[in-house]
Amino acid sequence: MSRTRLVPDPIARLPWRVILLVVAIGAFGQVVLYSAAGGSLQPWALSQGIRFFVLLGAALAISYVPERVWKSSALPAYVVIVIALVLVELVGAVRGGSQRWLDVGIRLQPSEFMKPVIVLACARFYDMLPPGETRRFGAIWPAALLIGIPAALIAKQPDLGTALMVCGGGIIVMFLAGVPMRLFIGGALALSIAAPIAFNYVLHDYQRNRVLIFLDPESDPLGTGYHISQSKIAIGSGGLWGKGFLNGTQSHLDYLPEGHTDFVFATMAEEWGLVGGCLLILAFLLVIRWGVNVGQQATTRFARLTAAGLATTIFFYVAINLSMVMGLAPVVGIPLPLVSFGSSAQMTVLLCLGILMSIDRQNRRAVRW
Amino acid sequence: MMRRAPRIVTEAMQTYSFSRRAWLLGTAQGAVGVLLAARMGWLAIAQNEKYNLLAESNRVNLTMIPPRRGWIVDRHGAPVANNRTDFRVDIIPDRLEGGDAGRDRVLTLLARLLALPPEEVERIRIDLDHAAGFQPVQVAENISWDRFAAVSLRQPELPGVAPTRGFARAYPAGAAVAHLTGYVGAANAEQFKQTRDPLLVTPGFKLGKDGLEKQLETQLRGTPGAKRVEVTARGKVVAELPTRADVPGKTQRLTIDVGLQEYAARRLGTNSGSAVVIDCRTGETLAMASMPAYDPNSFSDGISHLEWKMLSDDDHVPLMNKVTQGLYPPGSTVKPLAGLALLEAGVPASDHVNCSGVIRIGSGLFHCHKRSGHGPVDLKRAIEQSCDVYFWEMVRRIGYDKVAPIAHVMGLGEKFDLPFSTQRYGTVPDSAWKLRKYKARWTVADSLNAAIGQGYVLANPLQLAVMAARIASGRALLPSLLANRVHLDVPALPVASEHLATVRDAMYGVVNQGGTGGAARLLVPGVAIAGKTGTAQVRRITMAERRSTGVLKNGQLPFKMRDHALFVGFAPADNPRYAIAVVLEHNGHTVRNLDTPMIGRDIMTWLFDRDRAIRSLAEVEPTWGGDIQTRMTAQADAYRAAQSPPPAANATKTDPSVPSDSDAVEAATDLANQTQAALAPAVANGDLAPDDGAPERTAP
Repeated sequence: MSRTRLVPDPIARLPWRVILLVVAIGAFGQVVLYSAAGGSLQPWALSQGIRFFVLLGAALAISYVPERVWKSSALPAYVVIVIALVLVELVGAVRGGSQRWLDVGIRLQPSEFMKPVIVLACARFYDMLPPGETRRFGAIWPAALLIGIPAALIAKQPDLGTALMVCGGGIIVMFLAGVPMRLFIGGALALSIAAPIAFNYVLHDYQRNRVLIFLDPESDPLGTGYHISQSKIAIGSGGLWGKGFLNGTQSHLDYLPEGHTDFVFATMAEEWGLVGGCLLILAFLLVIRWGVNVGQQATTRFARLTAAGLATTIFFYVAINLSMVMGLAPVVGIPLPLVSFGSSAQMTVLLCLGILMSIDRQNRRAVRW
Repeated sequence: MMRRAPRIVTEAMQTYSFSRRAWLLGTAQGAVGVLLAARMGWLAIAQNEKYNLLAESNRVNLTMIPPRRGWIVDRHGAPVANNRTDFRVDIIPDRLEGGDAGRDRVLTLLARLLALPPEEVERIRIDLDHAAGFQPVQVAENISWDRFAAVSLRQPELPGVAPTRGFARAYPAGAAVAHLTGYVGAANAEQFKQTRDPLLVTPGFKLGKDGLEKQLETQLRGTPGAKRVEVTARGKVVAELPTRADVPGKTQRLTIDVGLQEYAARRLGTNSGSAVVIDCRTGETLAMASMPAYDPNSFSDGISHLEWKMLSDDDHVPLMNKVTQGLYPPGSTVKPLAGLALLEAGVPASDHVNCSGVIRIGSGLFHCHKRSGHGPVDLKRAIEQSCDVYFWEMVRRIGYDKVAPIAHVMGLGEKFDLPFSTQRYGTVPDSAWKLRKYKARWTVADSLNAAIGQGYVLANPLQLAVMAARIASGRALLPSLLANRVHLDVPALPVASEHLATVRDAMYGVVNQGGTGGAARLLVPGVAIAGKTGTAQVRRITMAERRSTGVLKNGQLPFKMRDHALFVGFAPADNPRYAIAVVLEHNGHTVRNLDTPMIGRDIMTWLFDRDRAIRSLAEVEPTWGGDIQTRMTAQADAYRAAQSPPPAANATKTDPSVPSDSDAVEAATDLANQTQAALAPAVANGDLAPDDGAPERTAP
């Protein structure tokens, strides 16, 4: 390695390309939050920035944790979080009509941690499963149970967005593990039959309302459809180059609700236009592609499934959030990772990145040895 | 299933399957990324214009500035209707906050700031309950600057309250021009639904509701301005943007002389009547006063139920424009016209009829107004003395069908092109008309009644003025009201000019040579007036009444039973310049100063010697309780006092729904006019003996 002479080896071995991408996304997020606060570091940009770099440091630290630790702690972590979810159900704090938080000194949202942990748990399950069993029934029901229990608990809070993401993460791992394709095709068919039934009998009124308004936002421009309408106005009025930094009217005059959290992309698009939006989407895609590639290069089955699954978790965040702000999906409370103000998603995504970097480190060691 | 050999999955196969599926996953993720970018492109590029517009309409709050209404000016440019600065406060119900409690808080604070009396607060409360959310409810208008400033300062604590500085319509001449201009008012819900024009619900905007204000609405309205401000989603104003000024409506010039109009209205005094003055050279209408009237200034603010009730209860029908809507039997004022018809039919002016005071036609006896008879009368004397027997005898000879065409030539029964929504143009009967309308043959009695302007003959005061102007000028003048719509090229009348001269001479005699209209003689040196008086009976005089008590005097009769008094004339008699018609409902010739000849004389005097006319009015006006405003105030006070118990505070201000073509006014007009129609058949039986002439005679 020729680079070792210029910089110390441990630093040179960091995955610089992805770190720079992540820092670029995070920094851009802080610029947007600065504008969302009307050109001020307070109350969002500064605290978000500090937290971002602290958590990024933590992610880098995590990257030194060897794969076997993740492997051995996957199922215990899963059990702990399921217990926490049950506790939330029993004694959790209610905020905004749903019961998602656990007060233990700091306010914890266990469902948030379930997003990466479900990937780890499923990966661990298929890792333990002998290869010959993969196409049998025994390869399916335990995984379905692993996914179903937390998903049901989270859906009951109610937090449909997170429940769907937990399901999505788990199912992707099943898919990658080689569960027969016809199951997924059949599942998709079953879903399309079950969806209308669920819509009518399972969803809460506010959730049903959100779906209805998603289908026709103009039907209620001042009620629940207001979010989608205003978000589309912000994005649409931005045009190709945007209105310019600090010049957004939708966000600065408070027409765009949640302009610093779930709808931060609209705030950004109004000022930076299509160009800013495409660059941000591209950056996210590159990070996700790196994650999937880490999986492709991984040497163990657990590492492969975990890496591709965590990359897909990040993808779910981005895709669901962007679909929502552009009016392609109903409003479900999924923030845009690294950009939206708030600690939970930021923490989850950087944890995912930390694990991915840890696997990446393992891969390269494997190559070298 | 179990029979089929299960595929043996090895670790190598698993790895291969993983990399294939991971590649599929990556591709799908990339595809979703492209889809999202495409969606964003669609919003930001393809639909950019639409969303830009929406963002702009979010950001910019437009407040319409009602346009200043065009002035209405008289022939000399003096304002008939103009605009005064007005500070007003409205509540927009939609923007009130905090439910009933919030509303009460706002009302309490407003009541304190504006010193509103409790009944006003109650009125606002009731109006708010009934208002459509978008429609502003008036709190107060025409308030002082201090109070306006007090409300403006505290606007942040008064959500939904809109203090505005605008313009309000003003009519300097008040009630004197009410029936001419009409009035303005806020648009009603139907009008807004029809056009959806946001201007209609802008606080302070008024549109024409009646009269010229309504007819000329398009020209008078103008284009609204707009105040633009940048606002946040919560409605907080962030910045003021450039304001677009309003474009005032166009000034409309009338042929009216507002000085004359006001004088005529005042001179009518306590009468229920009207006066019309027409320029004999152009047909321009110089004055058309109908009294009593409402005050258009207070009408434009919205009137109370009490005020409205007072106006509708009044037997002098202040809501009716008598000039174009009142129909009256013209009585003896048609005698010059009948004389002209006789001359045109070949009856020599010198032919005599011996008037013994009564004439027997068939089985009926017809009494001349002078019981002792006029003795031998020729045409000139018959017009001067208004001898009924002469016209009965002569018209019996030629038949009324020879008179009716001349009546039409003179403008009776004709509708004129004037900016009024309704005109009633009466009847000139003839045999064909009667057959059509009543399926009955024309009788001699019909001819006799029509000959002296009774029976089926009905005309409005404007037509009588046109008749006078046409006799005076010999031309088929058309009346006009708008300065840009004067009809100058009118043909000569299709009658011999020497016949017209004979009739004019007789009308000169009526006033100046011992005729019935001596009281109308002008006191202006060198100017003589020619005219004709008339009386129209509105009740039957039965043979029983004649035998037992004698014909009752008008002063003994209730108001509605008294005779109408009429006068038509022109001056100067030798070179006619102005023509006039005065019609007083149920005047009965009871008070000399308030009778037609002297009113006609004074209005004419104003045109030749203004100071003399004003002096003359100043002498007599106190005898009937002062000028229009004073009398109206006194009447309103008396009416209010008579209402016991006083009506509850819920006397809400309403938009007076009384344009002259409304049902209520139509009904009142019908009621006033139906007496005539009811009498017409009775006359045919000879029960009705028309009376004529003013009882007061001046020495020749």
